Amino acid sequence: MRPGHPLDDLLRTDRIPSIWCPGCGIGTAFSSCLTAIKESKIDPKKIVMVSGIGCSGRAAGYVKLDSFHTTHGRAIPFATGLKLARPDLTVIVFSGDGDLFAIGGNHFIHAARRNVDITVICVNNFNYGMTGGQAAATTPTMAKTPTTPFGNPETPFNLPLMAYASGAVYVARWTILHSRDITESINESLAKTGFSFVEVLSPCPVNYGRRNKEKPLDTLKIYKDKTIIKNGAHPTQADLDYEKGIILGKFIDINRPTFGERYEKICRQDKPQ
Amino acid sequence: MKPAVNTGEYFITGDVACAEGALAAGCRFFGGYPITPATEIAEHLSLRLPKVGGTFIQMEDEIAAIAAVLGASWGGVKSMTATSGPGFSLMMENIGLGICTETPCVVVNVQRAGPSTGLPTQGAQGDMMQARWGSHGHYEIIVLAPFSPQELFYQTITAFNLSEIYRLPVLIMTDEMVGHMSEKVIIPDAKKIMTVSRCKPKGRKNRFKLYEPGPNMVAPMPAAGEGYNMHVTGLTHDTRGYPIMTVETQKQMMDRLIGKIRGNLNDIIQTESYCLDDAEIAVVSYGISARTSFAAVDEARKKGIKAGLLRLITIWPFPEDKIRELANRVKGFVTVEINLGQIHLEVQRSIGGKVPAFLVGDAGGAVIPPDRVLEVLEEAF
Repeated sequence: MRPGHPLDDLLRTDRIPSIWCPGCGIGTAFSSCLTAIKESKIDPKKIVMVSGIGCSGRAAGYVKLDSFHTTHGRAIPFATGLKLARPDLTVIVFSGDGDLFAIGGNHFIHAARRNVDITVICVNNFNYGMTGGQAAATTPTMAKTPTTPFGNPETPFNLPLMAYASGAVYVARWTILHSRDITESINESLAKTGFSFVEVLSPCPVNYGRRNKEKPLDTLKIYKDKTIIKNGAHPTQADLDYEKGIILGKFIDINRPTFGERYEKICRQDKPQ
Repeated sequence: MKPAVNTGEYFITGDVACAEGALAAGCRFFGGYPITPATEIAEHLSLRLPKVGGTFIQMEDEIAAIAAVLGASWGGVKSMTATSGPGFSLMMENIGLGICTETPCVVVNVQRAGPSTGLPTQGAQGDMMQARWGSHGHYEIIVLAPFSPQELFYQTITAFNLSEIYRLPVLIMTDEMVGHMSEKVIIPDAKKIMTVSRCKPKGRKNRFKLYEPGPNMVAPMPAAGEGYNMHVTGLTHDTRGYPIMTVETQKQMMDRLIGKIRGNLNDIIQTESYCLDDAEIAVVSYGISARTSFAAVDEARKKGIKAGLLRLITIWPFPEDKIRELANRVKGFVTVEINLGQIHLEVQRSIGGKVPAFLVGDAGGAVIPPDRVLEVLEEAF
């Protein structure tokens, strides 16, 4: 028997060890999320986790909650259906940048626009780790990946800006060095009514770091030295530019009616209110 | 709240009858995306669902629509979507997720002529093989093809019942003609409508296995939020629902998914026989083309040709035993369908070369006139 871990009651311990590589940041983001779940005092029976496909998408397979490992890119619409059918449940989407913002990008912006009451956690490791490190919609310009062997000619998304522009009511970004801040942001997201988004920058030493002259510790040093915590910063400042520094913090925390609230008032009542 | 079952006599389209059938079956979630000629199903449910305690949502595309339907189903709510060819193509991957995770739901395809954008406002029956094999991998599926608005009402209820009993997406493959035609539809008293809901697990929650089959080869299904800590994945999984990447687990899972359908064929398959007792020629048809075929059989009989009709209500699993039995006593078969030979291939396969089989098919866009069927009945045999 391995010694108990404080989060064991939220883990499918019979499925550990995980598939995540040494040096991967997903585990840190995942355990920060579990800590937030524990601290939230919400009945775990009433919390569900939905994931898509990819390394981060495997989180749903390790969490001891009702958990759904769906198709690539479709965690958010699956979660939307689940939440609308069961408003009593707290729905967390935990997935990666490729899943949520390339193949699933359309669903992200529409769920944010509708303000569906779910919490979306994106582990952003800048590449498709599961398939061997190919370029993603978040890969920095000029970065080398197996599908950008000469350097990435594309521009990456600024995820907090996209979330904000699409209508999210809560937007935060941290790196895995900021595990307590991640927990706090997820905690606030779970308590918040509406579409909340937490981006977690995370190293992928095996697939991304190796090809971009970043040793595992180098990435963490970048997270330490080239980040600036600036709560309340406008998301337009949140582009991932290492030269000027990466902005972290809670960017957006506003209130507006959710899809469910509006549906109740406008569609379910006999006289629309 | 308004009543979910709109008991009464109506003159409505097939699409509206389908929507009313869904409500009568207990459907309380619809995720959809507008597409001709299925849009009226969504429109009608957007009006009706919120007033009976349900939820309608127009998603951003058909991929999202079917994903939301699967999510809602795991919430314990009977769910449906409706679409046509292009949207049906987009739904294929998640129909596979529904098959693999054993998620009850109903998908309606009001067929129009393809390929691609095709003839959006004109009907066809060209997606019948896609309904069978459109998602990747090998699987069994249940597909129904009603031939009138009244039957669309009833078969939508049957589709929900079958999906709840066998835990899988059930497809209703209707066509633009049936979807858009207005006819008399009688909606009976709610008490006279038989609805079935998924079997719920019993016993201790910590010993529960998500895919441990029950007596009818189907596992009971909890809803999210009931404390079962279930894990649902589209990866190959064992009876606990855990992903296990082995050849043995793949085989065991496939045996379950396929066995629950193949082992219950008699309870699933529905056909209608018309003038088949003494028939020398068997016409096989479904959907709008079955109406053509009824007329052709009647005309043929007037001319002394002993024709009969086997109307397929269930398309998949294919009623091959019925065809095989007929093949022992008729001189030949004629399949009538608005495509260039899809169910015709299945008829041929089931006959096994015993007697000839002809196709009265069409590229799509219009109803096949009875004359064309009659011509074959007169000349081919």
